Amino acid sequence: MRILVVGGGMGGTIVANNVARRMSKEIRQGKVELTMLSATDQHWYQPGLLYVAFGKMALNDICRDQSTLLEPGIKFFVDPVEEFELNENRVRTKSGVVHDFDLLVIATGCEAIYDEVPGLEKASETPYTKHGAVKMFKRLREFEGGKVAIVVGVPHKCPIAPIEITFMLHEFFEKRGIRDKVQLQYTYPIARIHNIENIAKWAVPEFERMQIDYETFFNIKEVDIDNKVVHSEEGTEKEYDLLVAVPPHRGMPVIEENGMGDDGWIPTDRYKLTMDGHDNVFVLGDTTNLPISKTGSTAHFESEVIGENIASIFRTGSATREYDGKVYCFIEADQDRATNACFNYIDPPEIKAPTKSMHMLKMSYNQWYWSSARGLL
Amino acid sequence: MSETTVIDACNTFCPGPLMELIGFMKRADVGDELELLSTDQGSATDVPAWIAKVGHEMISSEKVGDIWHLKVRKMK
Repeated sequence: MRILVVGGGMGGTIVANNVARRMSKEIRQGKVELTMLSATDQHWYQPGLLYVAFGKMALNDICRDQSTLLEPGIKFFVDPVEEFELNENRVRTKSGVVHDFDLLVIATGCEAIYDEVPGLEKASETPYTKHGAVKMFKRLREFEGGKVAIVVGVPHKCPIAPIEITFMLHEFFEKRGIRDKVQLQYTYPIARIHNIENIAKWAVPEFERMQIDYETFFNIKEVDIDNKVVHSEEGTEKEYDLLVAVPPHRGMPVIEENGMGDDGWIPTDRYKLTMDGHDNVFVLGDTTNLPISKTGSTAHFESEVIGENIASIFRTGSATREYDGKVYCFIEADQDRATNACFNYIDPPEIKAPTKSMHMLKMSYNQWYWSSARGLL
Repeated sequence: MSETTVIDACNTFCPGPLMELIGFMKRADVGDELELLSTDQGSATDVPAWIAKVGHEMISSEKVGDIWHLKVRKMK
């Protein structure tokens, strides 16, 4: 059996390592061939960018060589796929190599995009990209006070980040001794300050305690850079001296270019995690069109289901597990305390009071991540 | 898009039904109809409120069993 994993981010890496462990004997015997194709030889721990933006981690802390994270038995090539020929069970790469497959896993992810919002890229700081996180920290250190506006594009990955960023801005300026000179103005696209009702209920009194202003139903339309004003689709506006953006995201261009999904999101069965119309193609993480959180934990839990099902298909001819929608998110409440949210398709999250121990657990996870990517945690 | 696009946001908490609708609305053409399916009771009030605030058209809102069917049209 030929198993092909396209994408070397968190989801693709965990699936590949999971399958390599489960099927190590079959791989050694030559009964199974496991190949990964990626656009880069580097692996980035993307949640770490938030800490880079606040000066708590460096870029080299959150990057490893991809080859060091992969189990023996995985054939790894830096050669991104350009053409998916799903009906023929093959892909064609940038270098022109054709890879045939029996089972395909697509985990190409998504990226921040700015072309939908005029002025946003030039005007804003963001922790969502490597360059942006480094630039944001420099700007925060130089900022001497004024209006800080936080704006949120749709859709975006890591849905808890807008609130975390806002809490961390409060704490950052407080520790610099200029919080009284900073007016924090949070905006959010829907009717409450976070899409999860229990998180919104918990965060409102936190915002009030920290004297953070907020405006709901604010979808960014354009930024007037000359006058330092953000205009919303709803007709309101927000002045700023420092603009922090959670940019809108889109699936990778190769997906839409191959006609596999609008805006790069692949139509996916929410339980089987297979691409609609293609039972031998699994999709996970940010790449799916599922209405669930685009986070590392989603990709992680999906990866375990897919890994188990791939082994089961090889051994018994059919999949055995379904994905229940499980998501787990740490929530940094400031620079010393954190809480968490765990939910699935059925059960909503219950939010507990933030603690220092949960923050320490998150900081520890930032180091453990590499074991997680290896499929050990 | 030329026919009604159905957005199945049932039984999900994050990013939630309205956020899904906003995402689809961005790539719809003026005049397109979208139908949001939601099991979140809050959608029955949040969606019409947002549609009115932005200036789109609320076509219908109906609960069938446990599922809200919210039909809207993009107007600008």
